[in-house]
Amino acid sequence: MSLRLELREITKQFPGVLANDRVSIQVERGKVLGLLGENGAGKSTLMNILSGIYKPDSGTIIVDGEQRVFRDPAEAIEAGIGMVHQHFMLVPVFDVVESVALGAETATGPLGTFDRAAARAKIVELSKRYGLSVDPDAKIESLPVGVRQRVEILKALYRKSDVLVLDEPSAVLTPQETEELFGIIRGLASAGTSVIFITHKLHEVLEVADTITVLRRGKVVGSVKPKEADPEQLAEMMVGREVQLTVDRGQAKVGSVTLSLKGVTVLNQAGEVAVANVDLQIRAGEIVAIAGVQGNGQTELVEAVTGLRPVDSGEMTLNGESLVGASPRKISDAGVAHIPEDRSRDGMVKGMTVAENLMLNSYHRKPFSSGVTLNRSAIEAAAEKIVKDFDVRTPSIHTDIASLSGGNQQKVIVGREFSRTVSLVVAAQPTRGLDVGSIEYIHKRLVEQRDAGAAVLIVSTELDEVLALGDRIAVMFEGQIVGVLDAKDATRERVGLLMGGAAV
Amino acid sequence: MKGLRGVLSSVRLPALSILVALLVGGLVIMFSDLEVLAMIPNNPIGALGEGIGRVGAAYSALLRGAFGNPERIVEAIASGDPVELARAARPITESLLKSIPLMFVGLGVSVAFRSGEFNIGGEGQFLMGGLGATTFAIVLGGAGLPAPIVIFGTVLAGAIFGAAWGFIPGFLKVRAGSSEVITTIMLNYIASLFVFFLLSNWTLIQREDGTQPISKALADYVVIPGILPIPELRLHLGFLVALAAAVAVSWFLFRTTRGFELRTAGLNLAAARYAGMGASSSIVAAMAISGALAGMGGAFEVTGTIKQFSTVVSGGVGFTAIAIALVGGTRPSGVVATALVFGALRNGGGLMGLETSIPIDLLFFIQALVIMFIAAPNLTARIIRLPFRRKSKEAVA
Repeated sequence: MSLRLELREITKQFPGVLANDRVSIQVERGKVLGLLGENGAGKSTLMNILSGIYKPDSGTIIVDGEQRVFRDPAEAIEAGIGMVHQHFMLVPVFDVVESVALGAETATGPLGTFDRAAARAKIVELSKRYGLSVDPDAKIESLPVGVRQRVEILKALYRKSDVLVLDEPSAVLTPQETEELFGIIRGLASAGTSVIFITHKLHEVLEVADTITVLRRGKVVGSVKPKEADPEQLAEMMVGREVQLTVDRGQAKVGSVTLSLKGVTVLNQAGEVAVANVDLQIRAGEIVAIAGVQGNGQTELVEAVTGLRPVDSGEMTLNGESLVGASPRKISDAGVAHIPEDRSRDGMVKGMTVAENLMLNSYHRKPFSSGVTLNRSAIEAAAEKIVKDFDVRTPSIHTDIASLSGGNQQKVIVGREFSRTVSLVVAAQPTRGLDVGSIEYIHKRLVEQRDAGAAVLIVSTELDEVLALGDRIAVMFEGQIVGVLDAKDATRERVGLLMGGAAV
Repeated sequence: MKGLRGVLSSVRLPALSILVALLVGGLVIMFSDLEVLAMIPNNPIGALGEGIGRVGAAYSALLRGAFGNPERIVEAIASGDPVELARAARPITESLLKSIPLMFVGLGVSVAFRSGEFNIGGEGQFLMGGLGATTFAIVLGGAGLPAPIVIFGTVLAGAIFGAAWGFIPGFLKVRAGSSEVITTIMLNYIASLFVFFLLSNWTLIQREDGTQPISKALADYVVIPGILPIPELRLHLGFLVALAAAVAVSWFLFRTTRGFELRTAGLNLAAARYAGMGASSSIVAAMAISGALAGMGGAFEVTGTIKQFSTVVSGGVGFTAIAIALVGGTRPSGVVATALVFGALRNGGGLMGLETSIPIDLLFFIQALVIMFIAAPNLTARIIRLPFRRKSKEAVA
């Protein structure tokens, strides 16, 4: 057992934030280190230091017992450290061989042209050795996300990396693809490669890591062996207090049909069918959660229901009234709350204050508007109340929303949408990128809406969230709803299979 | 409301940018002077001294042109003669006069900016405003209506003509998706050539001798009245209307429902759609208002300052206004302040040209630098910080 890599007492200060505070981690040869922490805990900063993108303020990097300073990413790669980023760095129109060799091409012939044959042979050999099955001649754009990730791993191995850093690798994968990834990681480890696996998902580190190091607010909280740890303990280490991992909710008291979709087809930006002939009914007092891998029509479905995208064909009614062709304002005024998928893009206006953001879809109504002018005192009073009721942590209602944390921004949106009586809640990725405390809070509010008699439609790519919240779980695959399960029948495996397009 | 610190921090970058631009402008004056350049090989120190002297002379003329000769002002105060005092202060009132069109068009560009539109058509909207005002001043003036009605009518006509010229690109953008950047530039040419055509062929407004594209001189009683008691001081009502317009724009943007929609559309169009706002009507309204303000600027320039319409009255104001809107942070108060500074520069540039033979083009160069420095705040901060680096380190220690 030898240490392949060690970070000792790494400290990195950003203006206003101590991102890493004397962080030490150790990576053994051929072992998997799980780096667990919430968003903002300092995981990414640490890995950016390891890969030569940032320079630490103090602390040392020791590779094979030798102290090293990485002045740029090339030096880190040369030391055998390979990064697989959460957002892939691939060229869509290149094929696998070109993508992998890009930047590390070997030249041949008098003109120094790219030696494709040699690169291809090496890639085939690597993918055989590590069980990374990939068609070397396939174009990147034709590959599913899980395979693209393998290409990224191949890229690192091609550069002779034997320390592989995977940053939130399961974010874009189905549960089955995640399992395959774990198989690959184990294979790499047994062949002597060290792996640093960054995640905020507890069960993943428990499953694949040899050691788990937990980061919180820039500090190492502790390191544990998976055999000696349980999810509750890890969650508590990660958040700093006891965490409820399941959502407390009673039996749904289901009423009449609120939202009804019959044969709804929606086109995407490019004019292709994104939602194909979907039937779905949501009743008052129940939560229907739509599971699915990103990009299977969920976004377009939500946009259609909220009036942001036209329905190409089919029927869509809210409490019996047709919503087809209705404007976003009409739908909102009819009692539909919408927590949008892309918070920054749709849900809020950066550069405006918290108060203005809270008024975004009610500014035109009395008492906030006289018709021509805005009633500032009414707006401010309402904003103060929402900020208090929804526990938005902000210096003042006149603070620019851009300066709030993600969790508090989402509370502004949730506060805005839930501070009136609604009959339908549409929440897309309601907790994406939030810390555990905020996630708990948002989940509680969603269940509250259900218990108050609203029909709730949740779209999430986080399987845990879908399973925790849904009274019924619908799975979308390639624009269709391929199955609807009752919560009691919905297991991780069954939903996962449906997400991958398998018939159950 | 923002407090002194907020005001200071919002003024810092524009002020620094103007300062750095003047410094760079000084270098250009120094190194474009042939005599100075000729001295460099034999006597570099002397050349440097000579160069600094030239810059000093130029900027001194600039300041005196803009704000008056301090000696003369002191003497005038000592003499106690109100007429002499007013004459000594004339450069200041001329600077204010020059700032009027800049304020109007700058406000217009700002309204468009706030709604996410880049209105480069201030020039054309200004000319159309001038055309509308000239036509109505001649027609209404000829009809023998009372002066206040004629004057109100001419300014209103200018606003409507300008609004129409702003409405077109807004409408085209919403309906056909055409970029307002392109259409406003094209409409500048169309306005300029259209005005040229009318001034050359339409006998109603064309000057009587009829050879050049210049309008009839406007009758005294249709001209915008002055607001200072001495006739030599040309500052007119347009200045007060410009200040009032700034207040009105501020009220519109920050106090009205429509202004809220417009600002939302400007900051985040997707969120405006999400919130159910009619983003299209916001765009069209913003462009029309923007054009109306520029058109009013044209009306006051023609019927207040120049008193005769021609194709050259705009003189690049539409482009300078973009700089003013940027430097002023698209805030009405900032636009007014910046327009006053730029008005003073333009006015002072006249005397600088007379005394030192440095062309007024240098001022356009300085304006362009100001825009550059505003657009690249880090560059400005670096230029400013370099000479003071040691000092700031000591301060920390």
